Amino acid sequence: MFTAVLIANRGEIACRIIRTARRMGLRSIAVFSEADRNAGHVALADEAVCIGPAPARESYLDIERIIAAARRTGAQTVHPGYGFLSENAAFAEACAQAGLIFIGPPPAAIRAMGSKSAAKALMEQAGVPLVPGYHGDEQNPRHLATAAGRIGYPVLIKASAGGGGKGMRIVTGPGDFLNALELAKGEARAAFGDDHVLVEKYLIQPRHIEIQVFADTHGNVVSLFERDCSIQRRHQKIIEEAPAPSISEVQRLTMGEAACTAARAIAYVGAGTVEFIAEDGEFYFMEMNTRLQVEHPVTEMITGLDLVEWQFRVAAGEALPLTQNEIERSGHAIEVRIYAEDPAREFAPSTGTLNHWRLPEVSANIRIDSGVRQGDDVSIHYDPMIAKLIAWDHDRDGAIRHLRQALAGFEVDGVRTNLDLLRRIVAHPDFVGAVLDTGFISRRAEDLLADVAPPPAAVFAATLHCWLRDLPRHVDPFDPYSPWNTRIAWRLNGSSYQDVSIYDADTIHAIRVYPIDDGYFQDGGHFQFDWNDRKFDAGIIQAGQDRLQVTIDDAICPVTALHHGRDVIAFHAGQRYALRIVDKFEATGGVAGASGRITTAMPGRVVAVAVGPGDRVAAGDLLVTIEAMKVQFRIVAPRAGVIATLRCGLGDLVEDGAELAIFEAAPG
Amino acid sequence: MRRGIAAVSHMSAFRSAIDVRSAAFARNYSAMRALVEQLTAAIDSIKDGGGASARARHVARGKLLPRDRIRLLIDPASPFLEFSQFAGHQLYAEAVPAGGIITGIGRVSGHECVIVVNDATVKGGTYFPITVKKHLRAQAIAAQNRLPCIYLVDSGGANLPNQDEVFPDREHFGRIFYNQAQMSAAGIPQIAVVMGSCTAGGAYVPAMADESIIVRGQGTIFLAGPPLVKAATGEIVTAEDLGGADVHTRLSGVADYYAESDAHALGIARRIVSTLNVAKPAAPGLRAPRPVPGERDAIYGVIPADPRTQYDVREVIRLIVDAGEFDEFKQRYGTTLVTAFAHIWGYPVGIIANNGVLFSESALKGAHFIELCAQRGIPLVFLQNITGFMVGRKYESGGIAKDGAKLVTAVATANVAKFTVVIGGSFGAGNYGMCGRAYDPRFLWMWPNARISVMGGGQAASVLAQIKRDNIEARGGAWSEADEAAFKAPIAAQYEAQGHPYYASARLWDDGIIDPADTRMVLALGLSASLNAEAKPTQFGLFRM
Repeated sequence: MFTAVLIANRGEIACRIIRTARRMGLRSIAVFSEADRNAGHVALADEAVCIGPAPARESYLDIERIIAAARRTGAQTVHPGYGFLSENAAFAEACAQAGLIFIGPPPAAIRAMGSKSAAKALMEQAGVPLVPGYHGDEQNPRHLATAAGRIGYPVLIKASAGGGGKGMRIVTGPGDFLNALELAKGEARAAFGDDHVLVEKYLIQPRHIEIQVFADTHGNVVSLFERDCSIQRRHQKIIEEAPAPSISEVQRLTMGEAACTAARAIAYVGAGTVEFIAEDGEFYFMEMNTRLQVEHPVTEMITGLDLVEWQFRVAAGEALPLTQNEIERSGHAIEVRIYAEDPAREFAPSTGTLNHWRLPEVSANIRIDSGVRQGDDVSIHYDPMIAKLIAWDHDRDGAIRHLRQALAGFEVDGVRTNLDLLRRIVAHPDFVGAVLDTGFISRRAEDLLADVAPPPAAVFAATLHCWLRDLPRHVDPFDPYSPWNTRIAWRLNGSSYQDVSIYDADTIHAIRVYPIDDGYFQDGGHFQFDWNDRKFDAGIIQAGQDRLQVTIDDAICPVTALHHGRDVIAFHAGQRYALRIVDKFEATGGVAGASGRITTAMPGRVVAVAVGPGDRVAAGDLLVTIEAMKVQFRIVAPRAGVIATLRCGLGDLVEDGAELAIFEAAPG
Repeated sequence: MRRGIAAVSHMSAFRSAIDVRSAAFARNYSAMRALVEQLTAAIDSIKDGGGASARARHVARGKLLPRDRIRLLIDPASPFLEFSQFAGHQLYAEAVPAGGIITGIGRVSGHECVIVVNDATVKGGTYFPITVKKHLRAQAIAAQNRLPCIYLVDSGGANLPNQDEVFPDREHFGRIFYNQAQMSAAGIPQIAVVMGSCTAGGAYVPAMADESIIVRGQGTIFLAGPPLVKAATGEIVTAEDLGGADVHTRLSGVADYYAESDAHALGIARRIVSTLNVAKPAAPGLRAPRPVPGERDAIYGVIPADPRTQYDVREVIRLIVDAGEFDEFKQRYGTTLVTAFAHIWGYPVGIIANNGVLFSESALKGAHFIELCAQRGIPLVFLQNITGFMVGRKYESGGIAKDGAKLVTAVATANVAKFTVVIGGSFGAGNYGMCGRAYDPRFLWMWPNARISVMGGGQAASVLAQIKRDNIEARGGAWSEADEAAFKAPIAAQYEAQGHPYYASARLWDDGIIDPADTRMVLALGLSASLNAEAKPTQFGLFRM
């Protein structure tokens, strides 16, 4: 066994690998970009080497620098984690040439699975099931229609040269086929200059099920069972579980064998995942990932194994620790991925400083893999996944129970996250009932992403928080006990109140607060709230730094309320509410939004600037395109007008809220 | 429990003789409670200003009501110590609620300020004689306690039908601007927020201010409004073009800050106060406040329902001072005057309270105690319930006038903050010796059961009847008992009406009628506000020996 490992990665996976390395007595060496100097994985590692500037291309993807770092630190082996260089055959080769053990399959295996079409052909030869289809050269409509009949409807007609949905048609029955074919071919010709199409079985509500395989250099290949990864957003998994609910033992075995066959077919070594698409008890090969997967912890939770340890052992030339028969599974595990992103804005990445990062308690049932800590910056440079929460119990219901409880205690502020979405998914009856498919989220988007009106507890906590911390109160050091310090809205021969207005998105909640005189009220106390024509008795039981125990009509509600100036983030019963105290003294300004600054709500890189100073634009005209995490966002003119000043240039990195242009609305 | 607290403070806890379960307590309680309910009901209707329709018109113009302006201006949920709510009450043929102007002390950005707010819903905010008097009284409080002034101006100026009672005299309209100049000279900030009209003389409120704010579309400042301009020169101009926010912040410089709304203007005023760079002087002898014993309104049950019933004023003191504890000075001497050191809301005070008619000894004791407090810089609180000095040959020959004069001299010249609460009768020279209005206490408040007049109504009627009877009988005539009763009744009734606190407060003989249960809070707020003026040494006048 080697003694030192360099981890060519960052974030939670680097931390996770370091932990196993430490347990096995290995020296861990982290690498980091300049942006990650203070990152968690750097702090956790025994040693750390800076490998360049923030952009991944110049650091985590720079093969030479990583190998140089390994050489300099005396690492004998390199663990690539997932993403970055983990499936880069050239990197695997470069490691070998530098005398370093690359923890992963041989370069040939990476290459074999690198091309999807080649991989499918290879699998077809090996007898691994593929989505039934016709990929031949014969393009005679009648021939294609026959092929479609043989495949079974519904089918998908796809341009061979295709992409972006062009030249693609779903056909539900034979009557529509020829017409659809003609349309698809026309589109394909127009888009790609090539009307060659293929016909495949169309899966209506497929599930994504994958098999974890492991192979050693001694020819042993085992399956560590399946994972169901059907809950996806924008084709990316966000909830994974093992075992896959409601599949038969026979199917489990068949899939396992097919996956092992696939691994053997390419002389695979190490951890790999064979992904299938499944529907109606049938499953078809999609692709093989030649690395450790993000979702490997669910497999670890049900098998009790440490897959990173297995990776190290296999890399050291040892045989797999267990044979297929010795591998057992127990209970059910579900993982949710916590992303710094804004589900309300098409899951756009969200950057910022994690000024609040409160995790649920870790236990035998709850595991948290995370690479960030309170105060860390989440930058635009890397993957926005900031943590994984994994729940385990003896059965799926139990795992969901633990998951819901843990999610309710997971509080993040400073960046937007998908936590509320995750909470709603795991509470959704279809998820509980294991009605899973890859369209789960998009089909229920309206429910899952709907804004939730804040309950009284959240609104009142924000009000009271504002009352306690935000409303200015001056205590004169020379007159510290002054009755003028009281906040009972005292009046001569009467009483008064204080109005607090709170924005919740575009809604304004007006709360009239009547402090109840207890004779000596200074901080905390009792109130009557008038809100939405209702009266509530409210009281503060306990006021910690950011935790409030409030009573509302005698019910006790613990609420976390964070404030940054006038913004109050309230966490109550697992839900996050972003509220804002209205500044009553604010100037109302002119006609709202007529002219002014064009800003980006999205941090990212300016990839296109469509206008110049002085340009006249119509409402909706594209001004600037921002790219963030591979997604492009169009910034358009709010109304007709003129670009007075341009404040950004091509290639600029912009933070959210940054000014892109000054816009003058056209008169009228 | 109580004993433990007493041990810590080294002050003596007064052992109350009041039985809160007694029939007398219940009777007293319900009598006072009825007076307080009557008071708050009257105040509630005063707080409605010019009435529902005037208020609706005011709000429809995008303006905030005066009390809403105050709520926004002062620190959130902080107290507002309003003055003279009864000003103008049944004073004129027409109703002028609160005298058409709301004044008081409120805390703005941490500073106690005097706030003067025109109520445009009452006769367009014009100045009746009582409006002028109330405005000047608020300025006097500001000057005496060195409190910054904030004027929320929304007034049509002098009430023209009453011009003779408003314009020419020393204490009339012009005095407002004189005071602004004097206070500015004394370093007491003067800030005006123009939220409505500021016409003619009224234009000088913002113009004389240290800093002024004007609200777009609402505030106007001009010496002559559009109708007068048209009459004088034929020029036709809108109010906004003549003296609106834009004109005055951009062209004339009469105002300094342009506000987009009432709320915006008040926010600017708050910011101005936050940058005044003034600090309250340190006050020695502060303690952490301790609550009074018992219920907040226990004081109701202590005051006899029948004003002729004698009671121990220590029971009142106990329910006003911290932990009910006070140290009596000369407890065994001149016992009809109680003098005691105590704390109210943590502020050290010397309390002088009547416990019967004043004798020479009581007057000497009071003068001595005032000397002590003046020497030590301890504010004085007078609890006034006095029918007067003792009369009769024995007392006159004993020099009671001389001893009374000593007390009056001490009261008049002691240079510490003085606070007077009329908790019962305020009659005759007793009023002088107990720091009546003429003796410039920082504040003077009345309880709703109080009475104020040169003597009691019955007494006055008897005196006048005796003189008349002497005259009639000297001429040999006869005056029947029935005729005498008929003669006395209207006199007694007149004294009763004019001695009533509503009558007194309507004329600003005091700074307001207060709920007895609020006495402690009102005194505490006043004490705290008074600390803004640095204590000065006392030079007493001659004491006739």
